[in-house]
Amino acid sequence: MDQFTINLLFVGASFALYIGIAIWARAGSTSEFYAAGRGVHPVMNGMATAADWMSAASFISMAGLLAFGGYDTSAYLMGWTGGYVLLALLLAPYLRKFGKFTVSEFIGDRFYSKTARLVAVICLIIASVTYVIGQMTGVGVAFGRFLEVSNTTGLLIGAVVVFAYAVFGGMKGVTYTQVAQYVVLIFAYTIPAIFISLQLTGNPVPALGLFGDHAASGEPLLAKLDQIVHDLGFAEYTIQQGNTLNMLLFTLSLMIGTAGLPHVIMRFFTVPRVADARWSAGWALVFIALLYLTAPAVGAMARLNITDMMWPNGTDGDAVSVEEIETDPKYAWMETWRKTNMLGWEDKNGDGLIQYYNDASPEMQARAEAAGWKGNELTKFNRDILVLANPEIANLPSWVIGLVAAGGLAAALSTAAGLLLAISSAVSHDLMKGQFTPNISEKGELLSARIAMAVAIVVATWLGLNPPGFAAQTVALAFGLAAASIFPALMMGIFSTRINNVGAVAGMVTGLVVTLVYIFLHKGWFFVPGTNSFTDADPLLGPIKSTSFGAVGALINFVVAYAVSGMTKETPQEIKDLVESVRIPRGAGAAQDH
Amino acid sequence: MADKTQGSAQGPGAGKAYWQVNLRIILISLVIWALCSFGFGILLRPMLSGIAVGGTDLGFWFAQQGSILVFLALIFFYAWRMNALDREYGVDEE
Repeated sequence: MDQFTINLLFVGASFALYIGIAIWARAGSTSEFYAAGRGVHPVMNGMATAADWMSAASFISMAGLLAFGGYDTSAYLMGWTGGYVLLALLLAPYLRKFGKFTVSEFIGDRFYSKTARLVAVICLIIASVTYVIGQMTGVGVAFGRFLEVSNTTGLLIGAVVVFAYAVFGGMKGVTYTQVAQYVVLIFAYTIPAIFISLQLTGNPVPALGLFGDHAASGEPLLAKLDQIVHDLGFAEYTIQQGNTLNMLLFTLSLMIGTAGLPHVIMRFFTVPRVADARWSAGWALVFIALLYLTAPAVGAMARLNITDMMWPNGTDGDAVSVEEIETDPKYAWMETWRKTNMLGWEDKNGDGLIQYYNDASPEMQARAEAAGWKGNELTKFNRDILVLANPEIANLPSWVIGLVAAGGLAAALSTAAGLLLAISSAVSHDLMKGQFTPNISEKGELLSARIAMAVAIVVATWLGLNPPGFAAQTVALAFGLAAASIFPALMMGIFSTRINNVGAVAGMVTGLVVTLVYIFLHKGWFFVPGTNSFTDADPLLGPIKSTSFGAVGALINFVVAYAVSGMTKETPQEIKDLVESVRIPRGAGAAQDH
Repeated sequence: MADKTQGSAQGPGAGKAYWQVNLRIILISLVIWALCSFGFGILLRPMLSGIAVGGTDLGFWFAQQGSILVFLALIFFYAWRMNALDREYGVDEE
């Protein structure tokens, strides 16, 4: 059986499983559609949250960024896990106690203002759509490779699949489907990592192998990696290259963005009790940590493997030859990925060898001069292909490659479905029912939810054709937006009685607008390529890149909200009572609709 | 929405006292949260560079693994501590 058939089998079987579950658990009522009837156990909820959370960015994209970014990209690791501490300590139990269906309902009630609710809905939609664009990028890469079609066709196929099951499921279907997706994705991520860790270090636990010894040389793995990338003129893997302030702000943006994203927060509405909301956040992080502790090992080991492949005779010897790449089965993955147009090489100096090195390094330029090289010949290596290509690079059995295909798709689809659900509930529940047509029937509400999903996926697919960055980078922008708008409003709503309606609205609007403008200035207006005035290589404000600006936006939000609240009328007594009651678990009933 | 908690078994004012204790636990937890990630993982890394861990230094380990383990411990500690605190102050869910 050839690899293509095996991939299809794995992907097909996993899809049949998800769709079967979605049909079995079809949502009948609105309350089931949004919150699964609050009957989900914390461990199950944690698993579903983890699947919801770990998207194409975590699964497909992150290890690739780690592999080529080294220490600096630790911001992704700390940022996307540290946010759960904020969520567990500052938001989850109180939002569960509040007992409504959506994030914007809380903001609308706490700040006794329809405008606040509307602003929150707009913030949620903008952040979620940006996030879905990142997912679609990942879906395109995965489908493109495994169906052996172009990136664009892959993206279009993916869009249809995502839509199909998000639309028929709703939260209840999605919750159980996501438990299944978690299981598929975690096996798909860890099994190849275990194989590779065994090959390179002899240690079956990748997280330990990373800090263990490289079996072939006997040196510590990371020291070996530092040395070979240094030999080729690249920055050492474990040293810091970027600016410290930017790294701090980037990490912080990802953390507070995590605690401000609607599809994650919504999860904590679905547990039976306040105590369970606290445990749920912990369980979610346990399941997330299984992947996040493995990812740095995947990145470092893949970098080592790729470098070894390009320099089979050591970094001082001869580079790999074009003939070897084209005929040796070990290099077959390079040919396959070249077809997707995400990997490329070119024998610039015509010596029959492919030299991979950093041609911007002065030391390497001297060596290149002496050896007659005409620049780096591994001309293209899209970071997003690393995880999917990894089992092929390490020469693992075909079934592992099929499993990774299924896992990558599970990760992208589960998150896209969760986000579409958040977008649809924002539109149907908060906009239609909450603002424009309060008397809408339950049927009408479900219908508008589904239409909203369809519109969101079309927009995200269209923008996904020309994404503003690699999957994880696009997703990081979504986090910046959530960090700057939603998180501060939620936190101040619980921890301060002083913030009033005007203050909250002013804070959210400035936080969102400033951050959005900063992102558009660097990434192009509405992400249209070529309309940007600055680049992240040389940002507007000193070292602060557009992906790191969310933390600054959040700070502006806090300051504006406090200042404006101080100048306007005090919060009414009944709202202060509401805040007091949210702070205490006693009396948390089932959720109420209005 | 919820019933008033002031009249709970622990007498009036229990809610306020409970909230103060909660704030203190949150503050301590967040100090540890920031110290292990922003501190050991980024800002204080140069100070920890003398401590070798598997071919690199302790700061690198905190940035890539240590902080995640600390986050896990913090969330479970908080859940356990708060669920106990709810009962102490008589504000738990019946």
